[in-house]
Amino acid sequence: MSDLNKLTIAGARDALAKGEITAVELTETCLGAIDASGALNAFVHNTPEMARDMAKAADARIKAGDAAPMTGIPVGVKDLFCVKGVPSQSASRILEGFLPQYESTVTQNLWDQGAVMLGKLNQDEFGMGSSTENSVYGATVNPWKLGDGVERTAGGSSGGSAAAVAADLCLGATATDTGGSIRQPAAFTGTVGLRPTYGRVSRWGVIAYASSLDQAGPITKTVRDAAIMLGAMASVDAKDSTSAERPVPDYEAALTGDIRGKKIGIPKEYRIDGLSDEIDGLWSKAADMLRDAGAEIVDISLPHAKYALPAYYVIAPAEASSNLARYDGVRYGRRAKLGAGDGVVEMYERTRAEGFGPEVQRRVMVGTYVLSAGFYDAYYNRARRVRALIKRDFDQAYASGVDAILAPTTPSSAFGLGTADKSNPVEMYLNDVFTVTLNLAGLPGISVPVGLDKQGLPLGMQLIGRPWDEGGLLNLAQSLETAAEFTAKPTRWW
Amino acid sequence: MSITEDEARKVAHLARIAVADADLPALAQELNGILHFMEQLNEVDVDGIEPMTGVEPMRLKRREDVVTDGEQQDLVLKNAPDAREGFFAVPKVVE
Repeated sequence: MSDLNKLTIAGARDALAKGEITAVELTETCLGAIDASGALNAFVHNTPEMARDMAKAADARIKAGDAAPMTGIPVGVKDLFCVKGVPSQSASRILEGFLPQYESTVTQNLWDQGAVMLGKLNQDEFGMGSSTENSVYGATVNPWKLGDGVERTAGGSSGGSAAAVAADLCLGATATDTGGSIRQPAAFTGTVGLRPTYGRVSRWGVIAYASSLDQAGPITKTVRDAAIMLGAMASVDAKDSTSAERPVPDYEAALTGDIRGKKIGIPKEYRIDGLSDEIDGLWSKAADMLRDAGAEIVDISLPHAKYALPAYYVIAPAEASSNLARYDGVRYGRRAKLGAGDGVVEMYERTRAEGFGPEVQRRVMVGTYVLSAGFYDAYYNRARRVRALIKRDFDQAYASGVDAILAPTTPSSAFGLGTADKSNPVEMYLNDVFTVTLNLAGLPGISVPVGLDKQGLPLGMQLIGRPWDEGGLLNLAQSLETAAEFTAKPTRWW
Repeated sequence: MSITEDEARKVAHLARIAVADADLPALAQELNGILHFMEQLNEVDVDGIEPMTGVEPMRLKRREDVVTDGEQQDLVLKNAPDAREGFFAVPKVVE
């Protein structure tokens, strides 16, 4: 069998179980695809030896009849997950040379199931960005390229994860979503991206951005694969104080295909000014698909949705300024060269000026400002109050009997690299307008590819679920996936 | 509210990020743009609304006050840019 890297996780699992392929063959095919993918700049640290050892062990485990769903499945890991002994620097210069001495819970869970580690994936520095251009490794290029030859973003911050899955370099990838960083890259690359309920997946060993919003999840080729991979990533973890004490259900078993009687809300506030006819049309089409499958479509209101973006850009930088205080040039990472007579303050200030990129510096300073004496109430506390109202909007929608909410994932398809106005950072922030609300409310959301725009670039639709109902959400997402029949793949140019 | 160059210098220092004097006007302008964007929040009536701290109302987990991890000095120091004799080393702090 050729092109094994093009298999889905479910397809590979079944072929491995039947003995039609081996984990070693599958892994070699992916390693070959990665070697030939330099132009995408998706993989930034490769671990071929580790991959080969893990593949051999997986084959032995399958032979012994002891396989778990992810045994022998080659995956890529977003750079910000700590993997013992493997560079893990959250795409930041300040963590240059850092080799974790411990393993993140998410990756440990994957290795315990027998998944195969191919390497680390590009991202925006500390997850701060929507285009994977804010990276010490340079930008990731979207595998979707049109006749115009323009290099487009794969989205961000998990742009490396999305590009790697879209280009069949790996079967699935880990990612994280603080304001849309799983769903937006998935929408831009024609892949599936699932952000679970806050607390479903452990944050232990995940390099922090904004701790009350960060949540890890998978980017995969299909909804079924997302169900399989979430099941492997999620756990109850004593090492994360916000990890929920809830057993992990069998998400794949939730994919019944029956969504009859489910109530889907369409939030009127998401019909923002300037929403393209194309995305609006696709949104209606997606609602029709769910209706045809037996769901009931109802209009709902989330009155505070328009304040989600400014609230997010107060709260996330505030948390980031605290979280990133640890990068001081003392305990790990890179310390700036000091001159004679330089003291400890110069060491901090120069290390952080050299080590953090411009967007990270900006957010740390904004966060410092909104938390400083005199402004704490006016900005930070006000934003947290607005956050409570945003969550209440969702609580009321769900209390009225809605099972999930349908909305576009992004206001546009993938944009060209280098096109953002650097003097106006707020412009880039507007990319998160549809995704960020659910992070503030802690809810699960999934982006499913549903079509191509006029240019031929993928577009995604987002379903937002009830807290802890990832199973129900995945089932709805699979109905949408089935009806949309999205099979387009990028033409290989790299 | 508008940030002056002086305030930008103060914020940079509080954040322990060195910013050259020549870069302060641009920094102040950027911060002003972002703060202006945040001012939309002033339209919202938040009277009587408690600031949200977490998404799930849950009591932080507690455990027995015992050592669960430790005796790993070598591992802890392994990534330090400068470690000596079992300590993190930094430039002189006290004159």
